[in-house]
Amino acid sequence: MDHSTHIEEIARRYPAERRFSLAILQDIQREFNYIPAEALPIVAARLDTPQAHLYALATFYKSLSLVPKGKHVVKLCDGTACHMRGAGNLLGSLSRQLRLDADGRTDDGQFSVELVNCLGSCALAPVMVVGEAYYGKVSLEQLPTLVDSYREGGENDE
Amino acid sequence: MMSDNATSRTLLVCCGTGCLANKAAAVADALDAACPEASVKRTGCNGFCENGPIVKVQPDDISYYRVKPEHAEKIAASLGHGPVMSLLFRDADKKLVLRQADNPFYAPQHKVALRNIGTIDPLAIDDYLDAGGYRALERALAMEPDEIIAEVTASGLRGRGGAGFPTGVKWASARAEEVFPKYVCCNGDEGDPGAFMDRSILEGDPHSVIEGLAITALAIGAEQGFLYIRDEYGLACANVAAALGAAEARGYIGTNIRGSGRRLRLEIVRGGGAFVCGESTALMASIEGRLGEPRAKYVRSVQRGLWDKPTVLNNVETLANIPVIIAQGGVRFAEIGTEGSKGTKVFSLVGKVERTGLVEVPMGVTLRHLIFDIGGGIRRGRRFKAVQTGGPSGGCIPEGLLDLPVDFDTLTEKGAMMGSGGMIVMDEHDCMVEVARYYVKFLSDESCGKCTPCREGLRQMLAILTDLCEGRGQQGDIELLERLGATMKESSLCALGQSAPNPVLSTIAHFRDEYAAHIEEGRCPAGVCPALTTFVIDSEACTSCGACKKACPVDVISGDKDTPYEIARDGCIACGSCRESCRFDAVSAHQRKEALA
Repeated sequence: MDHSTHIEEIARRYPAERRFSLAILQDIQREFNYIPAEALPIVAARLDTPQAHLYALATFYKSLSLVPKGKHVVKLCDGTACHMRGAGNLLGSLSRQLRLDADGRTDDGQFSVELVNCLGSCALAPVMVVGEAYYGKVSLEQLPTLVDSYREGGENDE
Repeated sequence: MMSDNATSRTLLVCCGTGCLANKAAAVADALDAACPEASVKRTGCNGFCENGPIVKVQPDDISYYRVKPEHAEKIAASLGHGPVMSLLFRDADKKLVLRQADNPFYAPQHKVALRNIGTIDPLAIDDYLDAGGYRALERALAMEPDEIIAEVTASGLRGRGGAGFPTGVKWASARAEEVFPKYVCCNGDEGDPGAFMDRSILEGDPHSVIEGLAITALAIGAEQGFLYIRDEYGLACANVAAALGAAEARGYIGTNIRGSGRRLRLEIVRGGGAFVCGESTALMASIEGRLGEPRAKYVRSVQRGLWDKPTVLNNVETLANIPVIIAQGGVRFAEIGTEGSKGTKVFSLVGKVERTGLVEVPMGVTLRHLIFDIGGGIRRGRRFKAVQTGGPSGGCIPEGLLDLPVDFDTLTEKGAMMGSGGMIVMDEHDCMVEVARYYVKFLSDESCGKCTPCREGLRQMLAILTDLCEGRGQQGDIELLERLGATMKESSLCALGQSAPNPVLSTIAHFRDEYAAHIEEGRCPAGVCPALTTFVIDSEACTSCGACKKACPVDVISGDKDTPYEIARDGCIACGSCRESCRFDAVSAHQRKEALA
């Protein structure tokens, strides 16, 4: 299935009402790891809403991204508890280890790293999430091994 | 013999997000395999996440902590023969604790909103029904709307999301509107960093929220409702979706509720990751598919909310209390708590306390009780410095105010607030200027940008606080922050902007010295701000254990058994990992004299 057909299919999961704009964009984000440029006109036509409206949503809501994310999205929780227990140091260490660019991505497209708002697992601070997997009480020492397990050929790279 | 012992037993495996992170799912599977005759139940969060995964054996009432899949065989073999000692909790005196009720973390708690969590399987509606679930809804179906509202008013329940608005009053206003359709909403956009009670309730007892929402709908005359839940809370969304399906199949929601002819359609709306959407009007805009920006509230949303129709929005924890109030009566609920704040409150006790997790206590207990009795005091014997309550809208409370009762009004009088119940404990190694900078950074990222005082005020505050943390503070900065804060409080459009200065103003009020040290001496007393701090290893106290060397992210620590450990000035980023890793207090922070590399 090419992108356009796939996007069309996702948009049709919901009734053609403007209130489902966000839900459709979230599903597209989940599917492609970003909102491809061709998605906006397709969804706009389906919901009979201006593209500008969808563009506004895509830039307002943090869960949506107009640029592709890495294959593995690493979320470092920067909730207060994680912040107090060293989330900033984890980010610094990851940046150095992975040589992240200004947008927090690696140039091979394998990883993107983001500092995110509280993930609600404060008792396990600091928390890191790779894809859907939660890691609690992450230490600087374990970071390299953990990251390596997601590299190509690693045990967690599917 | 073995199988008899197993058949009669239920193993409750905590499968909250915290325990799942510690491989609780594998523990449950291993227990399934090891004791096929016992009933293994996957429950919601027990709150003591740090010691997870937690497994409870019933009816023996034995609780195990930090259980790993490889312990399953041991647990299976022990059923009916006494506990596995090595998995029991040890209290501060190293005494083994068998029952959850005797655990110092749980003993002082009083569970109302969290009543079922950890004992029922959130995916099994029969578990909820066995625990008395949906009886309040049945009762409400036989009541007049005004009677329902009278019970809620009598209970004195106030909104648990932070604002503390009386729930009965809100419902009565919406009921009085003669405009239809009306809507009910559940605010599950829990955004305050450091608070996770709503996630826990949605994950662990979704039916209590659905029942609460259904009763709300009966009271105000709504037939449609929404549960707005953070997209990041994947498990919560999944469990609520499953619970909605089960509730509809049994007729507790849907087109003909329990044969009464009443109807209610509920659906989940996933949040888009914008903190401001926790604000009522922004949340409603988001449900409508618009940008989550708040509007001025000359007209309240109980009059004109979703699609300009009367709408009641209640927080998750508030809704979880409703079935209890209707089942037992409002007067009985009001027996718990203080004069102005009835019932219990769930707090997430996190940060530098010994025992972190989710706790539910009657309103009016003191901060000291929460932090020192339940939380077990400060980690590693350090000194308490402050507790941050109420998230980014709240403030920092110093030691001198620890005997204050925690309720809606007392903390607000002191410039903090109880808020949604996040309680982040800080010790002597936390810098209050940096804490203020952290919250302002968060808020400036999350400000929707609609009104100028909030958008620009936060940006300026952030610039000043960053300067302070990086050694560029100037005389007059503190006063400037205070003036900015006053303007923002007065002139911002919504609660986000109006309360945004609280973290700054409260830290200035209680820790002005620390601000002054940054400005006047270029010194960070807590040893946190890297530009002002340098670390030194005391060779007398150092035991050459090597922990700091392993913890150093930039490999600038040298030493071994024979050579004293040392931090090289060159390349050190002053992150403080060495100090945190040292068990012997051999690493100390000093004022940095030279520029940071």
